Amino acid sequence: MNDWKILLVDDEEEFVSTLAERLSLRGIECRVAKDGEAGLAMIDQDQPDVVVLDMFMPGLKGNEVLRRIKERHPRVQVILLTGQGATKDAMEGMRLGAVDYMIKPLSIDELTAKIGEAVKAARK
Amino acid sequence: MLGDIFRRHFRDLHTSEDAISPERYNVLKRKIVGLMALVTLLPLLFMSAINFMEFQSTMAREVQNPLRVILGKTRNTIELFLAERASTVAFVAQAYSYQELADERALGRIFRVIRKEFDGFVDMGLVDSKGRMVNYVGPYDFKDRDYSGQDWFAQVMTSGKYISDVFMGFRKLPHVVIAMQHTTEDGETWVVRATLDTRVFDRIIAAMSLEPGSDAFLLNRKGILQTSSALYGNVLEPCPLRLPPISFEPQVVAAKDPSGQDIYMSYAYFPNTDFVLMATKPRLGAVSAWYTLRGDLLLIFVVGVAAIFMVTSKVTGMLVNRMRESEERRSLAFRQVEHAQKLSSIGRLAAGVAHEINNPLAIINEKAGLMKDLLALQEEFKGKARFSIQVEAILRAVERCRGITHRMLGFARRMDVKIEALSLNEVIRETSGFLVREAEHRNVELALELDENLARIESDRGQLQQVILNILNNALAAVPDKGRILVKSWNESHESVGFSITDNGCGMSQDTLKCIFEPFFTTKRGKGTGLGLSITYGIIKRLGGEVSVQSKENDGSTFSVVLPVMAPPSAAVEAQ
Repeated sequence: MNDWKILLVDDEEEFVSTLAERLSLRGIECRVAKDGEAGLAMIDQDQPDVVVLDMFMPGLKGNEVLRRIKERHPRVQVILLTGQGATKDAMEGMRLGAVDYMIKPLSIDELTAKIGEAVKAARK
Repeated sequence: MLGDIFRRHFRDLHTSEDAISPERYNVLKRKIVGLMALVTLLPLLFMSAINFMEFQSTMAREVQNPLRVILGKTRNTIELFLAERASTVAFVAQAYSYQELADERALGRIFRVIRKEFDGFVDMGLVDSKGRMVNYVGPYDFKDRDYSGQDWFAQVMTSGKYISDVFMGFRKLPHVVIAMQHTTEDGETWVVRATLDTRVFDRIIAAMSLEPGSDAFLLNRKGILQTSSALYGNVLEPCPLRLPPISFEPQVVAAKDPSGQDIYMSYAYFPNTDFVLMATKPRLGAVSAWYTLRGDLLLIFVVGVAAIFMVTSKVTGMLVNRMRESEERRSLAFRQVEHAQKLSSIGRLAAGVAHEINNPLAIINEKAGLMKDLLALQEEFKGKARFSIQVEAILRAVERCRGITHRMLGFARRMDVKIEALSLNEVIRETSGFLVREAEHRNVELALELDENLARIESDRGQLQQVILNILNNALAAVPDKGRILVKSWNESHESVGFSITDNGCGMSQDTLKCIFEPFFTTKRGKGTGLGLSITYGIIKRLGGEVSVQSKENDGSTFSVVLPVMAPPSAAVEAQ
């Protein structure tokens, strides 16, 4: 067990809870937010190392959430999740300061690797 | 009104309906040619007609006038001759007494003097009131002949003078008789009768010096020749020409002679006698100059008309063809845009679907992943291995779906035209990837022989994909199961690259080959739209490329496409 602080933001309940469980099985405990607003509130409360952020959500869109995170908590590393191919949005997200993006459905090993790198970057 | 007619008949010129049948173009062409020809030919026709008639009447006057003048002169000469002779005879009758005239020697002297002064007199005699020839001077012995029963005597006794027609009489020579009556105050009456040799008339007529082929002669009003005619018979024979209406002025009329020749007939009636002077002249000779001119005029007219028709028909044909071509290009472009739009919306739909599917797919992926994780944590139990296999299968299926949705998303993204530097090989690989499964399914070998040193080109990825997909689809439809499709690429030159798609399928006949790029031409009855290859053709043209086909029936087809390394500026404009 490590002390990484991870936050998952995604509106798909089934997806995000299962993902959290799988990550915890790999020793990565994470909190879960169901939309952008909730996610931002949780970040304000307790700043995580890494946020795994879905691009396409009802309410606040991924890029908007990303912009606000970077405004208030520049050290927080963001990994974007997208349901589409390498779209403009993902590129735009990278430009806004996301460390990486991944395309759904995910490969869990790839994700854990990327989270590990991001935590290292956040704690440097 | 005129504008209305124009608008109605030429509305094809200023409206542009989408479908104009080929027949309408022909009708339009005919109308334009007709109108242009009418506008140019009518004035030409009028001018020619006016020229023709003016020339004809001028030429006719030119020919007729000299004839009329000379005829008038000759008639006057003959009239004068007759009048002189008549007055001479009248003078003799008046100037001498009956006794003097009855004296043979005195009459002989008078006659000699007259013959000396006036030629043409043959003889002279004195006839008394009973009609008996009292005295006679001349070559014949007519003394004591009785004329009391003859017509001329009765006529001279009533009207005082008489000039006969030409007749032969006893002498077998044509002659004319002039008789003048004298009546004294005491009622005594006698007649002086003289005979004229009509060969004088011949001399006068000969003096007209007519052209060869022409003729002149005297007639009486019964149509009997009074002098010999060169063409129409001898003296005292009936003339075959019909007598024209009476005119004392010289006239010229057109007529036909008995041999069918067209002639000008010039004539004048004598006011005091029965004579008619007539001259004829063949019309052909007279108007041969006119005929030459008319031939020239006709030639110019015919050549002019032919030239006008040729030029108008040629020019109009060119214009109408141009119009038809641009109409066809326009409608083809319209259809292409329509099709592209359709593809684009299908692409967008596909993207939406792919996106929607991706989320549940992600859930399945996570759930199956979790199951796999949990299974890994479990101690060995009965069936654990089988569970593992099932979960792995689910994960593999999800992975496959992921590939499909990602390709759909990629396809949709590329519907928007964008000129970029790209590798043709990559596009070929990617596009043929769509069909690999179908090819495998049918045991068709889909082989790629790509030149690894192929130059990168500036082009539109989506459009190229569409082109390759269209040709590959056709190839796949053409080959039988276990067939073979070969895709090659090569560097054509410094400025262009090429690729070809060869199949060993059914091939095409020459007739089919001719129209495969035409829109709506399809051999897949009921299944194809006939748009694939026409759109392919349009795209390749737009990208500045060339496409060619070789095909042999039952032997397969090869589609070759050559594309420029640099996209033409027009493609870039359309891409925006």
